[in-house]
Amino acid sequence: MAAIAGVLVLAAAVAEAGPLPAFKAQSVELPADAAAFPDGPNVKTVTQNCLACHSADMVLDQPLLARPTWAAEVTKMRNVYKAPISDADAALIVDYLAATHSPP
Amino acid sequence: MSAPSRRSILAQAGSMLALAATPGLAAPGPDFAFPGGNGARPLVKDFPQKGTMVLQRSRPPLLETPFTDFDSGVFTPNEKFFVRWHWAPPSEIEPASFRLKIHGQVEREQSLSLSDLSKFERVEVAAVNQCSGNSRGFFEPRVPGAQWGNGGMGNARWSGVRLRDLLDRAGVKSGAMAARFSGLDQPTVSEGPWFRKSLAVEHARQPEVIIAYAMNGRPLPVLNGYPIRLVVPGWYSTYWIKALSDIELLDAPDDNYWMKTAYLIPDTPRADIKPGQTGVTMVPINRMVPRSFITNLAAGAKLKAGAATIRGLAMGGDCGIAKVEVSADGGRSWSDAKLGRDEGPYSFRQWTAKITMRGSGDATLAVRCTNTKGEAQPDTPNWNPSGFMRNVVEHLPVTVI
Repeated sequence: MAAIAGVLVLAAAVAEAGPLPAFKAQSVELPADAAAFPDGPNVKTVTQNCLACHSADMVLDQPLLARPTWAAEVTKMRNVYKAPISDADAALIVDYLAATHSPP
Repeated sequence: MSAPSRRSILAQAGSMLALAATPGLAAPGPDFAFPGGNGARPLVKDFPQKGTMVLQRSRPPLLETPFTDFDSGVFTPNEKFFVRWHWAPPSEIEPASFRLKIHGQVEREQSLSLSDLSKFERVEVAAVNQCSGNSRGFFEPRVPGAQWGNGGMGNARWSGVRLRDLLDRAGVKSGAMAARFSGLDQPTVSEGPWFRKSLAVEHARQPEVIIAYAMNGRPLPVLNGYPIRLVVPGWYSTYWIKALSDIELLDAPDDNYWMKTAYLIPDTPRADIKPGQTGVTMVPINRMVPRSFITNLAAGAKLKAGAATIRGLAMGGDCGIAKVEVSADGGRSWSDAKLGRDEGPYSFRQWTAKITMRGSGDATLAVRCTNTKGEAQPDTPNWNPSGFMRNVVEHLPVTVI
């Protein structure tokens, strides 16, 4: 009985649709990044590495995070997302994040 | 599209540095008043096929719907629909050469053109599309991730074809366990994990799961998945693969990063645990939960003492809305709201209510809903380390004048 009721509900949820729209070739351009990394220790290293894959606001919009949390984020960028960041640069990036975007 | 080498990545970073020096087009926008601050976001209107949106991240784009837009009706306009990409969205799409491949544990591999899709039965479903981490910025303690306000969601009429009909054309083999979906977006770094999500075959065959070629009667904006996207009514947006181009039938559960490691929730009621709690079983995020919002007033609104009308939206999660209640006294007393037209179990439902504001000074409005399964919004917020599935009863501070 429950199964029958379920089918009726779904039948009501999915209705007949009109014809397909005309598909046109699409070419889109995204705007330039709206934000840059503010000054801080190693900002050049941060800019050179991090902006390869994402804009600065991805970092700047985060809550203030403790150094170990930032270190884990940088490790995730390297190990999971395969960001080609050297050990030396990774340490400099964590220093920047801890200095500019961590709780006092 | 080939993934760039390290050299080209660094060259790109150099050019981004130059771009970053030019002033952006962003205008001041909302402050979400997140716990601990850092909730101010700019408004932008320079993303293709999008209107004015709250900028969460330029690249890959994360755009939030300004909350006042939810008051315009039960369906979210395409140009106002939120945007969320893990990798760079496709920049060029050629419909004539576009193909949707179905392969893996199937009897007959398929490579379907958009014209081929038009020959399947066409269906339509109204459904809410909500980011798993919608409202993450309100988590306390805060957690990393996209710091959404409440606008990482939208509702549309999705037109398309049933996934089931396509799977039948391919002939799913009896040993198939999961259908894995991916789209035209490619990792920025060649070894990075391609964004792929899976549904159990049984779920993939449910009649409400469709491949949409239109939202609200028009082609999807590129940033919302043109030319086709998967629509999984009742489930979080992570499964609604945009620019869907590949369906692979697997003979084992999907162990790719986006299913096995990312987008996991604690297997507890409301995905709720204590900060630091360990030893919790984690499972892939799945069905949505009920939520409701006031849309015709913003925090800090001034109301005259006496009668007032409030209005908003509610969603049941993976079923319809049974009841919406409102409170003019911070949740001490509740009265029923009047429900608007029923657009189906997966849609937003608009509601209106007459309330009476007493006295003068600070007051708190609240709204809560109960879905048709009897599941109500909780009075206390849930917490998990990824900031998923927030659905606490919403409170809105106002002033009576």
